[in-house]
Amino acid sequence: MAVRTGRAAGAGAGVRGRTAAGAVLGAAALACGIGLMATSGYLISRAAERPPVLYLMVAIVSVRAFGMGRGVLRYAERLVSHDAALRLLERTRVRVYDRLVDLAPGGLGAARTLGLVVTSADGVAERWVRGRIPFASAALAGAAAVALEWWVLPPAGGVLLAGLLAGGVVAPLLTWAATGRAAERAAEARDRMTALTVDTLHGLPELVACGAAPARLAELADRDAALDDAARRAAGSLGLGSALTALSCGATVAGALALAVPAARSGELAPVLVAVAVLTPLAAFEAVTSLAAAARQFLESRESDRLLGAVLAAPPPVAEGGAEPGEGIGISVRGLRARWPGADRDALAGFDLEVPPGRKVAVFGESGAGKSTLAAVLTRFVEYEGSVTLGGVELRDMAGDDIRRIIGLCAQDAHVFATTVAENIRLARPGASDAEVAAVMLRAGLDLDPSRRPPVSGGERQRIALARALLAGFPVLILDEPDAHLDPATADRVLADLLRAAGDRTVLLITHRPGVPGADPVLREMDEVLTVTAPT
Amino acid sequence: MRPFDPRLARHARGARRYLAVCTGIGVLGALCAIAQARLLAEALSTLTVPLALLAVFAVRALLAWAQEAAAHRASAGVKADLRRAVLASALSGSAPGPAGTVAALVTRGVDALDPYFSRYLPQVVLAAIVPVMVLAVLAVTDPATAAIVAVTLPLIPVFGYLVGSCTEARTARQWRTLERLAGHFADVAGGLMTLKAFGRARFQSERIAKVSAEHRRATMASLRIAFCSALVLELAATLSVAVVAVSVGLRLLEGNLSFGTALFLLILAPEAYLPLRQAGAHFHAAQEGLAAAESVFAAIAPVPAAAPGPVPDGIVGVRGLVAREGLAPVTFDAPPGVITALTAPSGGGKSSLFAVLLGLLPPVEGSVRAGGAEVVPGDAWRRRVAWLPQHPHLFTGTVAENIAVAVPGASAAAVRDAAGLTGVLEFTTLETVLGAGGHGLSAGQRQRLALARVALRCALLDPVLLLLDEPTAHLDVATELDVADLIDRLAAGRTTLVATHRRALVERAGNVLAWPSAPVAPREPVPA
Repeated sequence: MAVRTGRAAGAGAGVRGRTAAGAVLGAAALACGIGLMATSGYLISRAAERPPVLYLMVAIVSVRAFGMGRGVLRYAERLVSHDAALRLLERTRVRVYDRLVDLAPGGLGAARTLGLVVTSADGVAERWVRGRIPFASAALAGAAAVALEWWVLPPAGGVLLAGLLAGGVVAPLLTWAATGRAAERAAEARDRMTALTVDTLHGLPELVACGAAPARLAELADRDAALDDAARRAAGSLGLGSALTALSCGATVAGALALAVPAARSGELAPVLVAVAVLTPLAAFEAVTSLAAAARQFLESRESDRLLGAVLAAPPPVAEGGAEPGEGIGISVRGLRARWPGADRDALAGFDLEVPPGRKVAVFGESGAGKSTLAAVLTRFVEYEGSVTLGGVELRDMAGDDIRRIIGLCAQDAHVFATTVAENIRLARPGASDAEVAAVMLRAGLDLDPSRRPPVSGGERQRIALARALLAGFPVLILDEPDAHLDPATADRVLADLLRAAGDRTVLLITHRPGVPGADPVLREMDEVLTVTAPT
Repeated sequence: MRPFDPRLARHARGARRYLAVCTGIGVLGALCAIAQARLLAEALSTLTVPLALLAVFAVRALLAWAQEAAAHRASAGVKADLRRAVLASALSGSAPGPAGTVAALVTRGVDALDPYFSRYLPQVVLAAIVPVMVLAVLAVTDPATAAIVAVTLPLIPVFGYLVGSCTEARTARQWRTLERLAGHFADVAGGLMTLKAFGRARFQSERIAKVSAEHRRATMASLRIAFCSALVLELAATLSVAVVAVSVGLRLLEGNLSFGTALFLLILAPEAYLPLRQAGAHFHAAQEGLAAAESVFAAIAPVPAAAPGPVPDGIVGVRGLVAREGLAPVTFDAPPGVITALTAPSGGGKSSLFAVLLGLLPPVEGSVRAGGAEVVPGDAWRRRVAWLPQHPHLFTGTVAENIAVAVPGASAAAVRDAAGLTGVLEFTTLETVLGAGGHGLSAGQRQRLALARVALRCALLDPVLLLLDEPTAHLDVATELDVADLIDRLAAGRTTLVATHRRALVERAGNVLAWPSAPVAPREPVPA
């Protein structure tokens, strides 16, 4: 734990330093643009006075330096900002993942939420590169331009400051206020469109097979038209920001001109500096353009930030205790009541079970009776009421990871990772040799090349899950419908083998095998058959 | 890379109009830039405040609004057109790709076109218009400056092209690495519960940090190259402007040029390079947008012309059918009025066989026949088939809507009958709204709902062929027996194929077909 926290803090410092460097480099690049314009104006104005060429050398060198500097600094800034953003992404992913580990699966809601969390985390880099860093560099460069303008002609400095604020801060805020409703409508239309699209595509074969696709396409076209309409409505107000920025740029330049001309005529301002006073604001508005884009990015990303914040702050769905696990592996369940987060009724209520060490219990039950919930309670994936003890210690008093070292689950919906089949199995016991992996594959009836990668079929996935359970060697093993996708011969052989190999381990087989205990080769291995009924 | 994919104009009616709007705005914008430079130069050289300058700024603001609004409108329209095309193609059933990929493409994939339309494309149009107009004005004002700009301007795209082509192979290689690393986080997050069950979840956070760091290094390596093109354009433009500035300054010193003209040239010359610089800066956005468009076009398969023809009738069978690569050819006839059980082992291709029989999947080899004639799968053929998929999908909507999907336009009474027949009404009502994917129902309940669809088709369309894929895989014994009885009733008088491993079903079948899952090794040719 300490190691990981240290890593995260280190990455944080790295991100902060690089963010600052990116902002400063960006500001310097923008300042070079302003300097280029100002010195060019000065150079021409001075040249018009036809001094000896030597007097112009400083200005000429500056023009070149600013010109080169702008390109090189911009290049450096882009690299440093992207590096900072990616480092931040790295850190965010680890933080979000650590949090997801605590929340999964009960506190996570539907898979859709998980997907949103993943994309929001991925969006962090984007928000940094297009939001925070440009905002900081534009503010710095803007301040430098104001200082320069102030030094040349103080009232013009004030005008520039007002203009920059109007174009870079007020304009995006106004745009945001103007687009708020339209954007909200567009977002809603978009969500509805997305939901229907995903639903349609997942059920596509059925729709095609039933000839229902054309009707569905018409429905999709309707929603799409609504989305298109909403997006077009928002377009008009989105353009407002650019217009306001351009307008404030014009007003500022005109204001500077209106102040500089009388000042020059009255001798208050050296004529050679008039061009500087007018061209500086013109160049400074390059910073404002990026300021406006940054502000928009900032406003748009608030939703994702809120989602990530909610995930990071969510309470864990299952309490973690600190008690040491007991000596034995006997399980005792008394008056168990369990409910999945967000569900409106109990999945299990008033359930009792006694599993002494080494006992093999088959758990029957109708579909929906709460068999899988029992497995989730025993592996601490869902909170419970009543009493469940392992080796005499109450589950909620122990740490979930400690319990799961003893009670293993071969789940119905085991995930197959995007790596080789061998690695997928090895995660059950890292460090297992190739021979050991091959042995459990054979026993699970998994006739696949160990170096193969997903996709695998439903039956293969199930056998990968079985092979994992075999390799891990948990003292208590819960098998949740391990045979749903296997043909009977394979299922019988694999399960009978598994149960014999289990030796003195405890096994809880959740199944709706249709056999009769005496005749069924698998059920023959069981000591007890138990039926779960759904709470009424 | 081409700046514009002509297929965009073909598939999206808005794209062409948008190009025209951009051109119009570009011409007006160039005129404004020239007028602004002229007025500023005049103001600074004569120390006056021309009011026309305010008008020019106002017009520029108006153009900025028009450009942005047009970009968003065009982007919205084009995205809508592309979505429609992809969905129409996917829903034609000609080649339904993986649902997740198409969904991602339709929802998020097309969004990559936003920056392409709002930032890159207008700049490309400007890059074609503005330099020419500015050059013309420069030529009239001061031929020497015009000559410098005319010589240096083409260098920018040439440099850009050279940098791009030198780094193309390396960039492509890095993109592949990136793609591989990018999916890692989503994969690990998706398998969280599995990792947790095996006590591996905590260890993965180190791994995520490591893979993310690798991802960062690979990204940075490709960005160092990608940003080079922008750097080269920037430097070339800046140096060109510097050359202009020096030449103007020297001639000003010699007294060969008026202050006003010099200022005008100095303010105007950078405008010639600006659109090219901007286009270079948005090159990244363009690449992503065009890549997205590319995958959209790949997903738009031509909708095949329907082959109406007569639908053959009679005994259904397959001849030497290979449904999926790696499977052995299958030949059988399914007698009508009898349940035929297919009991090939897991992975034996039963689901693929059904997909071919439905015309959802083109066979690798072989044919589907009915009454001795070859079946051309299409809507007419599918009307005569009822199918229960292995994993039935439940749509968001009411129970009644979910059943009615089976026969578009089915009456409420028919839906109620089908629901009653399959026992759906025992656990829910027709008006109950189901969540996404049938959230809230158990596996057995879903299966009954899906069977109600089959029952509805049997009642209204009288299909000749029933395809039932693992109809009792997730059911308890009592339910399984009920379902088996129901299947018996639905199958009466029809050709029925049931893929199953369950004994209860196999025992009721009049005909059992089994074949090995392992591919048959190609036989050695027998020497004559």
